[in-house]
Amino acid sequence: MAAKPKLYYFRGRGRMESIRWLLAAAGVEFDEVFLEKKEQFEKLEKDGRLLFGQVPLVEMDGMMLTQTRAILSYLAAKYNLYGKDLKERVRIDMYVDGTMDLMMMIMLTPFKPPEEKEENLALIVKKAKARYLPVFEKILKDHGEDFLVGNKFSWADVQLIEAILMMEEINASILSDFPLLKAFKTRISSIPTIKKFLQPGSQRKQPPDQHYVDTVKHVLQL
Amino acid sequence: MAGKPRLHYFNGRGRMETVRWLLAAAGVEFEEQFFETRDEFEKLIQGGTLMFEQVPMVEIDGMNLVETRAILRYIAAKYDLYGRNLKEQAWIDMYVEGLKDLSDMIMYFPLSLPEEKDMNLEYILERATSRFFPVYEKALRNHGQDFLVGNRLSWADIQLLEVILMAEECKPSVLSDFPLLQEFKARISHIPTINKFLQPGSQRKPPLDEESIKTVKNIFKFERGMFLKNMATIVAEY
Repeated sequence: MAAKPKLYYFRGRGRMESIRWLLAAAGVEFDEVFLEKKEQFEKLEKDGRLLFGQVPLVEMDGMMLTQTRAILSYLAAKYNLYGKDLKERVRIDMYVDGTMDLMMMIMLTPFKPPEEKEENLALIVKKAKARYLPVFEKILKDHGEDFLVGNKFSWADVQLIEAILMMEEINASILSDFPLLKAFKTRISSIPTIKKFLQPGSQRKQPPDQHYVDTVKHVLQL
Repeated sequence: MAGKPRLHYFNGRGRMETVRWLLAAAGVEFEEQFFETRDEFEKLIQGGTLMFEQVPMVEIDGMNLVETRAILRYIAAKYDLYGRNLKEQAWIDMYVEGLKDLSDMIMYFPLSLPEEKDMNLEYILERATSRFFPVYEKALRNHGQDFLVGNRLSWADIQLLEVILMAEECKPSVLSDFPLLQEFKARISHIPTINKFLQPGSQRKPPLDEESIKTVKNIFKFERGMFLKNMATIVAEY
């Protein structure tokens, strides 16, 4: 019987959070190893488990998977969340890449100088409202379906709801001009696997705090 | 009959170059629509074909594809350059993601502040020879095959050749400690479609020069010191 996927990362969101979301959405149980000391990271490197010396690392199906997008694509395909053909797949890829561009801005904010924080967050909100959210609102409006692609739950829906919740942590009323996205958020949150992941006690991680930033810097010797 | 794919970008490498390589390697003819000024770029944005107001954009099979990775994956899958199963695909994805990190550094290098050029170049070459190239050299040594994945040509091989050539433009002897990569380079360069793309007169673009750097800065409104911020971004990319 196949072992559960094992995730190696810091005890926080970072680049691993989207992977946790996708596994959870697919109803796949996973184990986690949290990196807290630089010696743990050095050992992973020395053991040759990190292809390019980086985490996230996911051990599954006899492979050491690294590179966030490679991992996410693999999971999406394996668990049937990647559309039914190439045309649906490319739409999912476009939507998730756009969403992840936005999320990257949020993810990097705690690592930037504190005096830039206000400005960074304002820019993120601005881009979300002007460039990204309107695109997804329009997609839902144009086809009138419950999910972004192919009338079926996919990776694109998981990525979008993760992004929406992250943005609401920055700006609670960010969806105020986007009624269909509001409905989307409610709808996707009610999917049993997602609902479970949103409960306290799940493997979903908290927003980054100073302790998280310090741990990352220590482990990676930044 | 479907028209040829049409690429929308400026007349230079940037993020579109890997798309050109992949199409060329697959033997697919394509057209290009270049914008040369900020105004022309804004006109393209107004036209509503850029999903997130960004390029690259490729018109193909009745779609306006954006996001470089999405475009490359589509082309790789369509032209059978993406492995034969999910595991091969995962290996190709890991290899090309690594290559993207290196090629982004090289891509942004011309935007360095003058006083930081030397330092940035040294950093790029150090990364190339200690983090990236050893991975590919080892992959080839371990399986002893001609191609990176699945014993047949894939997107990973094409992008590796592209990045090797870019790195050699930074330092011609950059492959001196990597004999298998040297052989790989010769071998892949001889594939007829790729050989053709390497000839003068193909749609392959030259590196940025003084003139084209100015054009790029104008079109995309890059700030001063953007490269250093990006270097910092790349380093702190966790």
